[in-house]
Amino acid sequence: MAGLAHGLGGLKYDPKKRHRPPELNVFVAFVVIVLLFEILGRLFVGDSFLFNTRDGIDTLFNEARLRIIILQVAIIGIIALGVTQVIIAGGIDLSSGSIVGAAAMVGTMFAQSSINQYGMENTAPVLGLAFLDLPVIVAIVAALAAGLLAGVINGLLIAYGKIPPFIVTLGMMLFARGVANWTTKGKPISYLQEDYAAIGAGMTPVFIFLGAALVMHLLLKYTRYGKHTYAIGSNEQAARMSGIDVDRLKVLIYAIAGFLSALAAIVLSSKALTGQSGMGVMYELDAIAMAVIGGTSLAGGRGSVLGTCIGALIFGVIISGFTFMKLDAFYQEMAKGAIIVAAVLLDQWRARQQAARN
Amino acid sequence: MNDIILKTEGLTKHYGGVQALVGADFEIRQGEHVAIMGDNGAGKSTFVRQITGVEQRSSGKVYFDGQAVDFAGPLEAREAGIETVFQNLALADALNVPDNLFLGREKFLFKCGPFSILDFKAMRSETLKSLERTGVKIPNVDNPISNMSGGQRQCVAIARTATFHSKLTIMDEPTAALGVQETAQVENIVRTLKEAGEPLILISHNMRQVFDLVDRIVVFRRGRIVANLRKEDTSGEDVVAYITGAKTDPAYEVDA
Repeated sequence: MAGLAHGLGGLKYDPKKRHRPPELNVFVAFVVIVLLFEILGRLFVGDSFLFNTRDGIDTLFNEARLRIIILQVAIIGIIALGVTQVIIAGGIDLSSGSIVGAAAMVGTMFAQSSINQYGMENTAPVLGLAFLDLPVIVAIVAALAAGLLAGVINGLLIAYGKIPPFIVTLGMMLFARGVANWTTKGKPISYLQEDYAAIGAGMTPVFIFLGAALVMHLLLKYTRYGKHTYAIGSNEQAARMSGIDVDRLKVLIYAIAGFLSALAAIVLSSKALTGQSGMGVMYELDAIAMAVIGGTSLAGGRGSVLGTCIGALIFGVIISGFTFMKLDAFYQEMAKGAIIVAAVLLDQWRARQQAARN
Repeated sequence: MNDIILKTEGLTKHYGGVQALVGADFEIRQGEHVAIMGDNGAGKSTFVRQITGVEQRSSGKVYFDGQAVDFAGPLEAREAGIETVFQNLALADALNVPDNLFLGREKFLFKCGPFSILDFKAMRSETLKSLERTGVKIPNVDNPISNMSGGQRQCVAIARTATFHSKLTIMDEPTAALGVQETAQVENIVRTLKEAGEPLILISHNMRQVFDLVDRIVVFRRGRIVANLRKEDTSGEDVVAYITGAKTDPAYEVDA
């Protein structure tokens, strides 16, 4: 195809316009932040952030810290995967944190056993004695169905009710939290089955996160679903004119987001060995932050699962790094806020740069 | 008479009390390139919106490819073989060239509803073929459209028509936002379509362009067709006179 560029005044191949994967920038930012903590740590704390400095343990890296970083972000990371595709499609999902709460309650309700690990009898089951010691799959399906339902309602209202996603998901955020509180009048659910507790044990959450990330990556990259998600985020009018059933696709996108929030709820409640209606408060914002830090554009059309995964890692490194530096939690919050704003600022700057080049 | 690709009879559109298009009789033959001219608000775009199914006509008939048609939406018109290149480029910025060409009609390796797996290879190679056929030069088709110039984008939009062997192409002011070189490139593509015998309806304000490219000029004024001129039998001044209302073709005289 080399001959194609001949005699084209002005239309020749311009290497400056070559497309560079945006994930590269995010990854560089990630490396810079890790190095920053490494240097600050050596200067002020006298310890290494990344490497193992303790005697007697024969590993190069500080594996305990790395494990905690990944484990910390795994659950919100699962939510962030759903939020990423919502934002790519030009929407927003503020309800994911509350869906976590509601789905956690629904799931654990069906996961109660008659006897806890200390041999104490469950005297006050939420759903009655008939619902104790059910197969774990029932609890999983119930939780996922609850999340899916909430997502479908979001999608239907946005696509067919023509209400802005911000409003719909804000409403769902309050509604789902209300449902979570209503289920047990605010009381936590305990006496969970051992099989249910196994879901969130050890490093399993990380594997669930990675599995979900892989599936979402394949979906967004190689299927019609993904292609059309990018298309409606980048030009909804064009997508409609091209014959894409934009409304149905939107329902599906929000449904998948709700499903992933419920998956996170299962992992979270299993890990905590309890279902609490307050679970997942503010998770929606952390999930949006991970997506945005990972290069997902709030204007729609741009972003990737890989970017969000790196965004999640950046998030984890910052939380862990602040703890490592022995800084108080409020500094963490300030830093998180500043980083989100900085990421959006960077995104807009990139968009302007691109506009100026054309 | 069966080489008439599109024919309208008494095509009329009101928006409430406003008559945007009144009794338009229009036809275009196989291989013919026809320009639609007229002042802003003369009814050109309204006319196109009725035949492409973007809007539903108030009354009148449309025949396409020998059959009476009634498109419920632009997609049906497109499936029947009418490709429209809109003024506001209907392209998704974040996607690359093959993705845009095949948007809404992807090729699949494996079909499974929304989770069907895309056949990137086939779409890419067909894209390159159709770009070559239309003479569109895009340095790197794997770049997202947002990295391309206005002219290149317009070319991509036009190349879409060639990819799907449309029976009729409609271009709504394809060069209105383009520079000199880019306009020349788009015009070259139009000539390629002419050589290939593909019929085209071109809406344009550019007199030179119209006289360069088309066989016939249809002039709209205040919602009515006021002239139907063979290029050889007319001149720029003449066309302007029809557009502004200084002249009306006797055949289209209406009793006011």
